[in-house]
Amino acid sequence: MISIWDYVISFLVGGFICFLGQILVIRTKITTARILVLFLIIGMVLEVFNVYAPFKEFAKAGASVPIIGFGASLARGAITATKEYGLIGIFTGGLTATAGGISMAIFASFLFALIFSSKTKKGGH
Amino acid sequence: MDKEKRNTNYNLYVESKLPKTKAWPSLFKAFLVGGIICAIGQGFFDLYSHFFPNLAESEVTTCMLMSIIFLTCFFTGIGIYDVVGAWGGAGSVIPITGFSNSISSPAIEFKKEGIIYGICVKMFTIAGPVIVCGVVGSIICGFIGLFI
Amino acid sequence: MQTIKFKNKPYLLNGYSIVGPLEGKGPLHNYFDYILKDDTLKEKTFEKSERKLLQDIIVGAIDKSGLRVSDIDFFFGGDLLNQIVSSSYTARELGIPFVGLYSACATMAESLALASIFVENGLANNVVAGTCTHFSSAERQYRFPLELGNQRPPTSQWTITGGGASIISNSPSKIRVVAATFGRVTDFGIADVNNMGAAMAPAACDTISEHLKNMGRSPKDYDFIATGDLGKLGSEILIDLMEHQKLVLGKNYADCGCMIYDKTERVFMGGSGAGCSASVLNSYILQKLAKGDFKRVLLVSTGALMSTTTSQQGDTIPGIAHAVELEYINEKNDNLKDKELKQKVVTTKLNNKKKENK
Repeated sequence: MISIWDYVISFLVGGFICFLGQILVIRTKITTARILVLFLIIGMVLEVFNVYAPFKEFAKAGASVPIIGFGASLARGAITATKEYGLIGIFTGGLTATAGGISMAIFASFLFALIFSSKTKKGGH
Repeated sequence: MDKEKRNTNYNLYVESKLPKTKAWPSLFKAFLVGGIICAIGQGFFDLYSHFFPNLAESEVTTCMLMSIIFLTCFFTGIGIYDVVGAWGGAGSVIPITGFSNSISSPAIEFKKEGIIYGICVKMFTIAGPVIVCGVVGSIICGFIGLFI
Repeated sequence: MQTIKFKNKPYLLNGYSIVGPLEGKGPLHNYFDYILKDDTLKEKTFEKSERKLLQDIIVGAIDKSGLRVSDIDFFFGGDLLNQIVSSSYTARELGIPFVGLYSACATMAESLALASIFVENGLANNVVAGTCTHFSSAERQYRFPLELGNQRPPTSQWTITGGGASIISNSPSKIRVVAATFGRVTDFGIADVNNMGAAMAPAACDTISEHLKNMGRSPKDYDFIATGDLGKLGSEILIDLMEHQKLVLGKNYADCGCMIYDKTERVFMGGSGAGCSASVLNSYILQKLAKGDFKRVLLVSTGALMSTTTSQQGDTIPGIAHAVELEYINEKNDNLKDKELKQKVVTTKLNNKKKENK
């Protein structure tokens, strides 16, 4: 069932997470890589403390699209695989759960790098 | 006056001279861009769950993320995403699209150094830390999982 | 002494400048010799574009002066790319004996000063001094890929696409080089690479005050004082720093980085890069000097001497500034001083002829 509420909540929660990120950017001059890592770790911590699942239930794509969701699925993958397969799961679980996203990012980047070239910026914003 | 004292004084002085820009417009832009990207994600989610009702929720989520990642790489290639990013700030970085953009932009940029030494080597110059921290973090989480 | 005064007064024969499309929209667009429509210059990579740009500038300057490439004794130049490749490769194409220099964005004043010393001491007749920068090649070397969607901090500056070259010669022209000051490397502990203006301002202040002291002049004696690429924030800081030394920079002071872009362009604190002072000097300043609108000008190119490695390791940014003083020769003026100078001009002309006869 498609409901407008899902979109509203996705927009609001996703927007709010980015809002928090922008406060960090303004206050601390944090760079792209550091923001990504920071929010990834936040996602992992949320998952370990079992907060992420109810949060996602509430916020829908507002929770899964931000990199927090990526961190959470890394952590969740590792934890469930560990429970299922034991020690080996510690090492296989995280990447297995996120393989789709990582593979697609690498494949699409490679593909479009072959097709496109970078262009000069026409002034800042 | 010793150098260290002079330098700290100068740094304090420069700090006081920094232009005071209003924070609200950029916060609003980040909110808007981040929110719209998440709403688009929700759109893909609904689309896939409608057409592939047999998939589990986590699989639909993966499909949705893959679609957004693919599209971001495309928009990076045609030179639109850097404009979105310059306008939206963290709003374009924190969604998974930011991760995707940080992989595709160096790949496209360093294409001129060749496929192996350009695209393949430089692909993770920005997103590398995300993968490394992600993998190391997930292993730590796995260990924690042993005791839960 | 830090300041070198020239007695034989090396002449600045001509200047030539080329800038990119964005700079061509700026307030100085009427002064540039050529404005690029396509900043790739039809080359495959931005590094190649940059070196094509520099080559066009050098050849343009030589042509404009009515000289041939073989008339040029030395090429003094540098740029921002690693191992100053743009200048070296340009020199390879032109076959002019090459002296490669690096002072980051202060390269224009440095090469101008060294060229003047060579001509002053009779070591060369015609020397070309020039540099250029390209936004896209600088961006990929120093910062991030062009397509990365990141936001620039408000204190950052915009590396210009463009540059300029001047011909220093012993044959007379309306502009002469009076003196040059080589700066000390000054570091006041600024580590933020997005705030280069603040890192370079102390160096500019040191060089300007040293130059004024050695020449026995005050800022009022100049029609125009130009700093290289301090940007809006950096030039405000410089004015404050100079005031501490009781030297007032008034309306005759401007920063090339602030002059080159239109206010509506979103370039944050203004332009930067070696090409910044090079293009403004070789267009606006030289044309004003040649017309006599400016009688005496002080050009202070400023450079930040860090590398990406040192800044990632948390080192602070050392700054440097070199100053070159230029003067307009008014031959109609019956001033006593000028008469003396006129005589000197005549004698140097005679000397040159004698040399040629020999």
